[in-house]
Amino acid sequence: MKYYHKEETANGQAKSPVKTEYISGAEAVLKCLLAEGVDTIFGYPGGAIMPVYDALYDYQDQINHILPRHEQGAIHAAEGYARVTRQTGVCMATSGPGALNLATGIADAIMDSVPLVCITGQVFSHVLGSDAFQETDVIGCTNSISKWNCQITRPEQIPEAFAKAFYIANSGRPGPVVIDITKDAQNGKFDFSYQSTKYIRSYHPLPKPKKDAIQNAADLINAAKKPFILAGHGIQIAGAQEEFKTFVEKTGIPLGCTIHGLSSIPNSHPLHMGMLGMHGNYGPNIKTNECDVLIAIGMRFDDRVTGKLSEYATQAKVIHIEIDPSEINKNVHADVAVLADAKDALKALIPLVKKKSYPEWYAEFAACDKMEYEKVIQRDMQANAKNEMRMGQVVKEVSDQTKGQAVVVTDVGQHQMVAARYYNYLSTNQWVSSGGAGTMGYGLPAAFGAKYAQPEREVVCFVGDGGFQMTLQELGMCSQWNVGVKIVLLDNNYLGMVRQWQQLFFDRRYSSVELQNPDFLKIAEGFGVKGRHITDPKDLKEAVAEMLAFDGPYLLHVSVEKEENIFPMVPSGCSISDTRLE
Amino acid sequence: MENKEYTLSVFSENKVGLLNRVVSIFTRRYVNIESLNTSESSMTDVYRYTIVVTTTEEMVKKLCAQLEKQIEVLKAFYYENDEIVYQEIALYKVPTAVFLEGNHVEKLIRAHNARILDIEKEYIVLEKTGHKSETEALLRELEQIGIYEFVRSGRISITRPMEQLNNYLKTLEAHQNVN
Repeated sequence: MKYYHKEETANGQAKSPVKTEYISGAEAVLKCLLAEGVDTIFGYPGGAIMPVYDALYDYQDQINHILPRHEQGAIHAAEGYARVTRQTGVCMATSGPGALNLATGIADAIMDSVPLVCITGQVFSHVLGSDAFQETDVIGCTNSISKWNCQITRPEQIPEAFAKAFYIANSGRPGPVVIDITKDAQNGKFDFSYQSTKYIRSYHPLPKPKKDAIQNAADLINAAKKPFILAGHGIQIAGAQEEFKTFVEKTGIPLGCTIHGLSSIPNSHPLHMGMLGMHGNYGPNIKTNECDVLIAIGMRFDDRVTGKLSEYATQAKVIHIEIDPSEINKNVHADVAVLADAKDALKALIPLVKKKSYPEWYAEFAACDKMEYEKVIQRDMQANAKNEMRMGQVVKEVSDQTKGQAVVVTDVGQHQMVAARYYNYLSTNQWVSSGGAGTMGYGLPAAFGAKYAQPEREVVCFVGDGGFQMTLQELGMCSQWNVGVKIVLLDNNYLGMVRQWQQLFFDRRYSSVELQNPDFLKIAEGFGVKGRHITDPKDLKEAVAEMLAFDGPYLLHVSVEKEENIFPMVPSGCSISDTRLE
Repeated sequence: MENKEYTLSVFSENKVGLLNRVVSIFTRRYVNIESLNTSESSMTDVYRYTIVVTTTEEMVKKLCAQLEKQIEVLKAFYYENDEIVYQEIALYKVPTAVFLEGNHVEKLIRAHNARILDIEKEYIVLEKTGHKSETEALLRELEQIGIYEFVRSGRISITRPMEQLNNYLKTLEAHQNVN
């Protein structure tokens, strides 16, 4: 393998000949991580990665190592860490089952553009392909779910591979990379030196916005009568929140957030009209099919956002601002494509757009909000006739008591949609959830990673009783490191989202969705995590306060209405114009 | 949108396992690869894949975008058949005995512009280059008189428009030197 990299120096002059150290590949791995500014590894040891773990023994004062209870916990924790810090998360596992247990998280990270470096041990190079103990073809298995991967069979390959890996993971559209290191490459000694890189001949992650594209976009925007902005994850990935706010306020264009676009601008902003998508707000969905210019920023027109593609925004001219060329015209045709990072594109656009306001257009959104409030929100904010709590009122209570400032981590399912809809996002980089992949079991370990990375922030993890049981062993990780994740378990005793679909689209044939749940408090107690169970709405306020006041991890188990449905809803395969409110 | 035959030219760094990534881009989208050829290009360290698929133009554009998304892929181009000069090679192993019965085989070789590569006591190996329909035509005729074995290569192609990749790479190298 040949690497192309250049050395960065402050004054642009070549450095003097690089000093080398004669060390093992295993130690080199740690030195590479340190050189890239890594202070935390989420990992699980095993046979083929043992040399790195042995080297780690001498580096414990420089690198924190977090031991989950399952490799999936490690990688989701690394994702949570990366999501709130926007720095590359690092996870590590052994060969075979260890590496494969990372696979779900790798797939999750590529879907949601999360920068990760995943290090896996591999069997000795001379037995590769012989079905050796705990051997799997990690490169083959991760090809279609990683941004880049490579296998290392000699220690000398380590520094260049790591330099490349860190550059690739967190440049352009971020994503997970996998480095698979054979045991002999970890054991072998070589002359180590490290240079980070910002150049790969075949990789150009940061296209500069083209002047004519920017001008065409500005012309469309300036001439628009009913423009609408779709705000995606790309805004926060690019760190373009300020530019975005300026752009929105200057143009006066209303906006809707994709699920990962949440917290790119505070919910309280008057031009923030809500969330897009299958369970998004009514106005943003309906108005997408009524606007004349649609400005999509850092988003990829996922099918959960568009509904039936052939009936999606066909009336609108589409401006697509996106860093990944393969997303342009993938699902929705772009009349103007601005191939760039959101920050660069918005910076270039702001001086060219006119200051405008669209009072009549805003009023149309307000009318939709009113309908949604009357038919959905009002109901979601209170207990039902049997005095059972609804998920929305729980999320609202947490939102109020955390003043909209907490990092909200979710698992996948109904509770996720409720958390997206009813938490009042007033800060930024505060939404951590599995969107594209919809990975149940993501919540708890991701919340750990977020809280570990930013202990000063309140981190609330909303989970359902289904997804929680997929990774609840990570209560052990929370307990061992005393990381104060506040877990709000919204328990309806069902796999609620699947049940909702079965109710609405499969004639209430409830097939394998009811759970026999354990005593969650006893489980938490077993792991040394404090908890409380509430069933009566009158206890909610005080229980949330108690949870938030507690110093350390805490499980608030809330029994909620069993057969609650999430509305509004764009039924699968339907047009967003057919959004149902009931 | 109608299906058409497209030829993709993909230029990449030489990396173990890249072929796997390239192929999975097609299989993931349920597009069948009709032929695939890979070899070092005229530029040292740059590999060239020639891939033939039958699909829509919309899909082939997306395939190229996904190919270029691969870190080690330098460029991916797609062409319709009238934009390229292309060729395949086929080898035929036929029993020597049929050559000895009159001049039928000789006529076939002349008519199809094939050539003899190897003569053994048991068999003779013929070679023919051409488009698939041409190598196929000779195969059908040889089948009438008996054939032991047949193999056809993947397509290789040269573009009719002047190839821009050399220039593109030079720009990249210049960019690297400036930085």
